[in-house]
Amino acid sequence: MSSQSSTSLKELFLNGIVKENTIFKLALSLCPSIAVTNNLKNGIFMGAAVLFVQVMVNLTISLLRKVIHPKVRLPIFMLVISGWVTVTQLMMAAFAPDVYAKVGLYVALIVAFASILARAEMFASKNSIIPSMADGLGMGVGFLFALTVISFFRELVGKGTLTVPTGMATQHVFTLMNTKPVLLMVLPAGGFLAVGILMAFFNWINARYAAKTAHGLH
Amino acid sequence: MSSEFTKLFELIISASLINNFVFTRFLGLCIFFGVSKKMETAVGMSITFTAVMMVSAAISWVIFNLVLVPLEITFLEIIVFIGIIAGLVQLSDTIMRKVSPGLYYKLGIYLALISTNCIILAVPLINAGEKYSFIESLAFGLGSGLGFALALIIMASIREKLELADVPAPFKGLPMAFVVTGLIALAFTGFSGLITL
Repeated sequence: MSSQSSTSLKELFLNGIVKENTIFKLALSLCPSIAVTNNLKNGIFMGAAVLFVQVMVNLTISLLRKVIHPKVRLPIFMLVISGWVTVTQLMMAAFAPDVYAKVGLYVALIVAFASILARAEMFASKNSIIPSMADGLGMGVGFLFALTVISFFRELVGKGTLTVPTGMATQHVFTLMNTKPVLLMVLPAGGFLAVGILMAFFNWINARYAAKTAHGLH
Repeated sequence: MSSEFTKLFELIISASLINNFVFTRFLGLCIFFGVSKKMETAVGMSITFTAVMMVSAAISWVIFNLVLVPLEITFLEIIVFIGIIAGLVQLSDTIMRKVSPGLYYKLGIYLALISTNCIILAVPLINAGEKYSFIESLAFGLGSGLGFALALIIMASIREKLELADVPAPFKGLPMAFVVTGLIALAFTGFSGLITL
C-alpha cells in the first residue's frame, strides 16, 4: 500500500515535469517564459517564484477544500492566489531587489496564470494535502525547468555568458564563448524564436521516442 | 493644451507600436496564440479587449488613487485589481446579455476568457507604477488595446496562409507560430526610438 502510494506520488510529480509541462506541452503561461529569459538568473528566480506560489496555493486550497462552498470557489481561488503572489512579490522585493527591478511586473502577473488556477480547480480542490503538494511541486519544477532551459539557451547564444545565482543578491558570470555572440537571441524577437525552436526540438524528441517504442512493440 | 495633446498622442503611439504588448512586453500570449487562427475571432477579441481594457483602466485608477493611496494599502493592488476586473467582466457579461443579445452571441465567449488574462491586469498595474493621471491612464489603455488588436490581426492573416504551407513536421502548429511571431517582433523593433518619452 505504501509503495503503491509512493509510486503514484512520484507519478504525480513527474506528470508536471514531462507529460504536462506547462510551457512546452500545454503552451500555457507563456508570457514570462519569453519576457524574463534573456538571462539565466532572472529565469531561475521567476521559475522559483512560480514554484513557490503553485505549491502554497495547492496546499491552501487543499486544506480549505471542505470549507469552500462550490458556488463561490473561483473567487476564493483567485483570492488565495493573489494573496500568495503578493507574499512572493514582497519577499522578492526585500531579498532580491536587483532581480525584482527586472521581473517585478511579471511576478505580479503570476495571478493571471491559467495553469495555477487550473491546478487548484482540477486537482487541489479534490485531493488531500500530500498529493496536492506533490502535484504543485511537479508543476512548479516543470515550469522552473522550462524557464531554465530557455534562459540557458538564450543567454549562451545571445551573450556567450551564463549568469549563475550564488545567493539572493549575488551572482557569478561565467564567460563561455569568446566569439561574437548572436545578439538577436537576447532581443525580444529572439525570445519567440528560441521558444519556437525549443518546442520543435521537444516535439522531435517525442516523435522519435514514440517511433522507437512503437517499433519495439512490433 | 496642445502640448498635453501631443503627450497623449505620444503615449498612445508608444503603447501600441513601440512597447507593443505582444511583441516587446510579451503579455497576453496565451490569448494571442489561442485566438489568432481565424480572422473573425481575432477581430471580435480585439474589440472586446480594447473596451474592457479602457474601462478597467478608468475604474482601477479611481479606486487606486482615491481608496488605496489615502489608506496607504497600495501593496494590496494585485488583489484589488483582479477583483475589479473579475467584477467588471461579470457585469458586462450580464449587461450585454440583457441589452444586446446579438452582440453577446458574437463576443460573449471572449469575455469569459478575459478575466484570467495578464494583459488586462497589466494595464492597471503599469498605470499605478508609472503614476499616470486619469486621462493618461485612459490613453494608455486605448493604446495598449489598439496595439493588441494590430498584433492579433497581423498574426491571424499570416496564420490563415500558414495552414497551407509545407512546414517541417516538428515545427507544425505552435512552434511555427512562435517563429513567425519572432519575425514580426523583429520588424517591430524598427519602431524603437521613434518617440522618446
